[in-house]
Amino acid sequence: MSNTAEAPASDERIKETSALRKALIRPELGGICGTVIVFVLFAIFAGDSGMFNSQGVLNWSVVSAQFMIIAVGACLLMIAGEFDLSVGSMIGFAGMMIAIFTITLGWPVWQAILVTFVLCVAIGGLNGFIVVRTGLPSFIVTLAFLFILRGFTIYLPQLIERKTIIGGIDKAAEGDWLAALFGGKILGGLFTWLGDAGIIAVFERGNRAGQPVVDGIPMLIVWALLLVALGHILLTRTQFGNWIFASGGDAESARNSGVPVNRVKISMFMLTAFCATVFATCQVMEFGSAGADRGLLKEFEAIIAVVIGGALLTGGYGSVIGAALGALIFGVVQQGLFFANVESSLFRVFLGVILLFAVVLNTYIRRMITGER
Amino acid sequence: MNPEHAPIIEMKNIEKHFGSVIALAGVSVDVFPGECHCLLGDNGAGKSTFIKTMSGVHKPTHGEIFFDGQPMHFADPRDAISAGIATVHQHLAMIPLMSVSRNFFMGNEPIKKVGPLKFFDHDFANRVTMEEMKKMGINLRGPDQAVGTLSGGERQTVAIARAVYFGAKVLILDEPTSALGVRQTANVLATIDKVRKQGIGVVFITHNVRHALAVGDRFTVLNRGKTLGTAQRGQITPDELQDLMAGGQELVALEGSLGGTV
Repeated sequence: MSNTAEAPASDERIKETSALRKALIRPELGGICGTVIVFVLFAIFAGDSGMFNSQGVLNWSVVSAQFMIIAVGACLLMIAGEFDLSVGSMIGFAGMMIAIFTITLGWPVWQAILVTFVLCVAIGGLNGFIVVRTGLPSFIVTLAFLFILRGFTIYLPQLIERKTIIGGIDKAAEGDWLAALFGGKILGGLFTWLGDAGIIAVFERGNRAGQPVVDGIPMLIVWALLLVALGHILLTRTQFGNWIFASGGDAESARNSGVPVNRVKISMFMLTAFCATVFATCQVMEFGSAGADRGLLKEFEAIIAVVIGGALLTGGYGSVIGAALGALIFGVVQQGLFFANVESSLFRVFLGVILLFAVVLNTYIRRMITGER
Repeated sequence: MNPEHAPIIEMKNIEKHFGSVIALAGVSVDVFPGECHCLLGDNGAGKSTFIKTMSGVHKPTHGEIFFDGQPMHFADPRDAISAGIATVHQHLAMIPLMSVSRNFFMGNEPIKKVGPLKFFDHDFANRVTMEEMKKMGINLRGPDQAVGTLSGGERQTVAIARAVYFGAKVLILDEPTSALGVRQTANVLATIDKVRKQGIGVVFITHNVRHALAVGDRFTVLNRGKTLGTAQRGQITPDELQDLMAGGQELVALEGSLGGTV
């Protein structure tokens, strides 16, 4: 037996893995390549259309940041092995709850926001609880909540206010400390300086003449970057992150090793709901109103961003940075097509094509990692 | 085996009934530190029920379990694990998409504190994983190599190394060689030998007599929920073991017609 005890230092049957192949196994790679390609293409075809001046950059940054916020939740949930199709409905529902609490009940905005967060995260937890308790696919459970929440979002404002859009939240939110955390802007001074220095565009006429067109970074973008950073650290650098991978990779094996799989999955459903509520709150503060149709189809856009970012639909593999890049590609293309004067319905064609491409690539990468054939 | 040592775990007259089915009808097995105790038996002999009782999954209907001389009543598998009884199942607790080091520490992640924040200590995990795997005779390409790229035998070895690292005193291996090729089987058997030399009691479940004889110190044969006795190494021939497992006569008759190839 002694001769078998020494394993050979290198196995002659395993080819040396090339650097390219090693890089391919990083989940972010697809996202990085896609981002580079997208920026190069639009720099060529829409470079002089104003897409890359301060206003244009803000335009696609905000759209990308919106995708990023919901992609972070969807990404961690997908790695934990589950889906949430109720994200879009949750966005509409959360916005409507803030509006009803503020306008109909006359609560202060900070109270309305906090109660909405608690309510929505609890609904996310309920989603997760039903999934882990019944063992049903999360696809079905959250599909049910897609309809339930959307139904309430349309029914409640009609019952209470006899309309489907509740406005006037911007007035109520004036001077509210928590509302500013979602609807405000930061670095205003920097942008004024940039405007004065002539680096970015300023208004030429009107009562704001001399002020920069872009007067700060919206809190929406700050939230997006914050959530991406925290999500990335949680996933790659903590014990809980290891549990997320394990729960999605093989729930049974994870349980055998003492990982609290149910707790991990439920908390990821709650995080997804939290992200949807952040999105909704920012949107409500920006528009000053809540509408019954807000957030439509957002669940699919979140999932597509995550898949473009290299996560496997089957769970256990993926990256928050990748999902954020997927969201960036998404935002840049959606707004870039507008700048490049391309018919906007073609965006959907692009979406379908890139989704298919990403899934095929991911399946190939999965085979490479696990050595399946 | 060291006879003057006390057994680390002693199972006395274990009976287990599932409703009207008697899965175990009085089985006694003891395991000494540093020995490899092979548990042999054909399919349905009660091997799985027995090790599940030992690892705390089932509670025995009758009989007693002594661990380090103390009577033990395991409420659930976690009790058994914290006492030092580790089980490497046929269905390995390994996740192919995750790296070896992430798998190695799954559920027991090392923590590095930075102020009030707790982080996964990757440096420590990677270093320990490489060291422990090297001790078992497996040179990894790197700690971030995915478990999916390892062979079946190497995966068994990772699972065994993990159990040993986390302080197992008794290691139960449930048919670790049943799905492996010749060379990989040899590697796993070598690993069992290494583990035994560290003073850990190994319970090796198999229905392959040759694998059992390669590393076993003692052999207990289960048949239809009963022990047919425990034999010391050197007291029994492969043919006798084979016959005991099959319950005697039938296989002998069958073997004749197959020309001694079984």
